[in-house]
Amino acid sequence: MPRKTTKKLIDKKGVRVDGRKPNELRSIMIKAGVIENADGSAYIEQGRNKILVGVYGPREVHPRHLTQLDRALLRCRYHMAPFSVDERKSPAPSRREQELSKVITWAIEPSVFTDRFPRTSLDVFIEVLEANGGTRCAAITAASVALADAGIPMRDLVAACAAGKVGGQLVLDLMDVEDKMGDADLPVALLPSLNVITLLQMDGELSADEFEKALNLAINGCQQIHMIQREALKTRHIAVKQAVEE
Amino acid sequence: MTSTIIPLVKRKKIAETLPSGKRLDGRGLADYREIKLETGVIGSAEGSARIYLGKTEVLVGIKIDIGEPFSDTPNEGVLTVNAELAPIASPDFEPGPPSKEAIELARVVDRGIRESKAIAVEKLCAVPGEKVFIVFIDVYVLNHDGNLIDASAMAALAALLNTKMFKYVVKDGEIEKKPGYTQLPIRNQPIAVTIGKIDDNLIVDPELDEEHVIDARLTITTKKEENICAIQKGGVGYFTAEEILEAAKIASEKGRELRKLVVKA
Repeated sequence: MPRKTTKKLIDKKGVRVDGRKPNELRSIMIKAGVIENADGSAYIEQGRNKILVGVYGPREVHPRHLTQLDRALLRCRYHMAPFSVDERKSPAPSRREQELSKVITWAIEPSVFTDRFPRTSLDVFIEVLEANGGTRCAAITAASVALADAGIPMRDLVAACAAGKVGGQLVLDLMDVEDKMGDADLPVALLPSLNVITLLQMDGELSADEFEKALNLAINGCQQIHMIQREALKTRHIAVKQAVEE
Repeated sequence: MTSTIIPLVKRKKIAETLPSGKRLDGRGLADYREIKLETGVIGSAEGSARIYLGKTEVLVGIKIDIGEPFSDTPNEGVLTVNAELAPIASPDFEPGPPSKEAIELARVVDRGIRESKAIAVEKLCAVPGEKVFIVFIDVYVLNHDGNLIDASAMAALAALLNTKMFKYVVKDGEIEKKPGYTQLPIRNQPIAVTIGKIDDNLIVDPELDEEHVIDARLTITTKKEENICAIQKGGVGYFTAEEILEAAKIASEKGRELRKLVVKA
């Protein structure tokens, strides 16, 4: 990928390509309980990202030899629809998708009481329907809401957001062009109540000082996203309660 | 993979001594195992290196081929990293298509080299848009005793620094090989430093037994200017922000030491 700093990515007044300020998130909409068949589900729109997550389980482990004797097997599968990007993506899982499935699982597992369901699996299926940068973070945000919607006991929600450097300036929640043409991208997942970090990756270049600032910026973004997650779960809870009472 | 009980017993033993700054094998928390590096070990490869990191042994071979550039970078050579966890290296490795572990290993090594712009890819273009050089970095794990990421990244860098490219001329859009070699253009030296976390202790270069019981790991790759160019967190545990900043400091200090060693090899 070329990493040429284009002046256009951020102007003199600090306004970004899509009109956002450096420390501003894209608009985010999260809805819980969107797939009838799933035990829990969520849908997120973050800018132009559209991601659907379904949770199945706790259920019997397939294949059986993967069974964990002392806890549930949590498996997240990150998958992009062929039409989710400009050039059609082969539906077969790419190396990138396999790596992301793994790091997303690692990001979410610390939040789940997997020891409550030994010998079972918890399958989290993530389908990226439209991608415009920062899908791993949006996927984690939505997956956590879906797990909560499934009624899985959790220590905390997981909120995720990237910070990075674009046109020499630190920014929050990078979109596709900013990620590709920018100087650095730092995705972070946070357990907001416990204040610990469960996903951290980076590419690009940051000095030690910039890294510390970017990390704090991303943590702040995660905290904002956490509020939106809570609202989505509250709305879902009220809807379910009303449906039961009727 | 399924044996979750034994590590729990081991964990206690391994974690016990850490608060006093010592590890089971006598190392301090920030000490690497003994490192031995040999370069130019494979005659048929354009570049190669073998590393021994304690008992972990990794061989990296580099092949250079001619191919087409990606459409968005028509004037640049192509970098490809692949990792094989050969069944010869561990009772836990099986033959078959690359496991997720192998894919992650290759991608973390790739990210360090790519993001530090270690290879001057713009110098690897023969016919713009049509013919460029492809640098294949193949990581071969020969004995797995933990911390494959750091060992592979160091061996890859050592191999790159030792890679020769055949001389060529372009005639009618075709590449013609000429006798003699030039050095592959390398302009940065990324070093990956992996830090494991057990309880509140950060340990550098976890060996296999430690790797089985750590809560999480953090791999931080620094460039020769000591800026960070790649990070990967692994494992189901978590880090606090303070621990991450501490790890970044360790990575840049250790990176400085290791870089000297690799460049010298």
